[in-house]
Amino acid sequence: MNDVRIITGNEAAALAVKLAKPGVIAAYPITPQTSLAEKLSEYVEKGELKSEYVRVESEHSSLTVCISASTVGARVFTATSSNGLLYMHEQLHWAAGSRLPVVMCCVNRGVGAPWSIFNDQQDSFSQRDTGWIQIYCRDNQEILDTIIQAYRIAEEVYIPVMVCYDGFILSHTMMPVEIPDSGLIEEFLPPYRPHTILSPDDPKTINPVFFPTRRENSEGILCDGYMEMRYKLQAAFEKSGEVIRNASREWAEITGRDHGGLIWEYMTEDAELILTGMGSIATEATLAADALRDEGIRAGVVGIRAYRPFPKEEVAQAFKKATAIAVFEKCISYGYEGGVCSDLKAAFYGTDIKAPIHDYIAGLGGRDVKTGEIVDAARATLETVGSGDTGNKTIWLNCYKGI
Amino acid sequence: MENIDTNVSGVCTPAVGEAGRTGEWRELRPVIDSTKCIPEVKGKPACFLCWLYCPDGVVSMTIPVEIDMDYCKGCGVCAEECPPNAIKMVREVDADE
Repeated sequence: MNDVRIITGNEAAALAVKLAKPGVIAAYPITPQTSLAEKLSEYVEKGELKSEYVRVESEHSSLTVCISASTVGARVFTATSSNGLLYMHEQLHWAAGSRLPVVMCCVNRGVGAPWSIFNDQQDSFSQRDTGWIQIYCRDNQEILDTIIQAYRIAEEVYIPVMVCYDGFILSHTMMPVEIPDSGLIEEFLPPYRPHTILSPDDPKTINPVFFPTRRENSEGILCDGYMEMRYKLQAAFEKSGEVIRNASREWAEITGRDHGGLIWEYMTEDAELILTGMGSIATEATLAADALRDEGIRAGVVGIRAYRPFPKEEVAQAFKKATAIAVFEKCISYGYEGGVCSDLKAAFYGTDIKAPIHDYIAGLGGRDVKTGEIVDAARATLETVGSGDTGNKTIWLNCYKGI
Repeated sequence: MENIDTNVSGVCTPAVGEAGRTGEWRELRPVIDSTKCIPEVKGKPACFLCWLYCPDGVVSMTIPVEIDMDYCKGCGVCAEECPPNAIKMVREVDADE
């Protein structure tokens, strides 16, 4: 009998963490992540989860606790949102540079100023270059499944993984979620093999000052300089795409649930118009694609699941037949455009994809994005085909811009 | 087999010479005048402020006092602290002549 419960995204995340059994959890509450942190402390308090729950005074400290615990061999978990994630910024780099398989949930929320507690993806987007794998989830089942996969991925390539999902839209919305059997997790997730065990018998200094050049150490071994260490992280990212795909495929084999590897596709086989985005807005785009097909427009959706590593080969293949592309994103690189739009264009460079690409900035700070708005925007993009409009500007959806 | 660094993250072992021969960084070399150095003059353990203050731990607490030039970075703290001014900092190029 399958264990299916109707739960929020945050509870789905908490149940996933419980199944992954981290030795140490440190999280500082922030809306909309709070109920996830509360649920985990409840499991620990009741003895249902045998983890050390470390109470901290800030997000900087919560990630630092995870970095320290991971260094001495514990599987760890933390979660945050918005300005909490920004406060972790320094330690995000530290976790990635130390190659520690920390798994974190970012419950996506707009960042201040001005304050917003509501959803967009500016928080995790702005931490894109900290050296973390970022995976964006569509629904509560995917949140649960992705967290389990995240441990498998992180511990195989030694890169921390940020599992991102939209605040309130997923974190506080109840959906049916199937909870996997714990025996199945043990089969899928081997124990964490740390590379940084500290022991008095074999003293080491972790992350000392690294020099611009390589150096010969006391044993005569030519050791890496700073640049080589950074290259090793990039090299690990380059093989991480395959690891993400494998984790997703093997998870699908044992659970029957396939959320896609780096991307997922919806009715793209014959699509002339392709809508794309990350997280719940891409789910909504599938409804828009249905509506567009009712109008006789062959529309489809490509969901970006992994934002880093960016699925360069996958998107070049998935968008190959598109004659028009509409990107819907809840974040922006100020002074240019949304990040997904830029990265898609870069991935298309040198390919035969010449379709106009329109970048719709939507739903910032929780502004509602209605399916009908996505339909109208995507239709407008398709109508520019042949007009010479390549869409080199952002289009702000449902935003009053003055006179 | 070539000795390569297999560490996934930045690691070092607390050992002499772990960061290479840091003495190569030196611009100024400390030169001790044995006619002024207190332990040498007195012929017994005394003073050793150079040993105490050396931030790299390359000064010996012996008679005569010795400085390990493989790792002395030439910072000059010993010369600054020496009560009888027995230590002079000499430019490396001049010291070689």
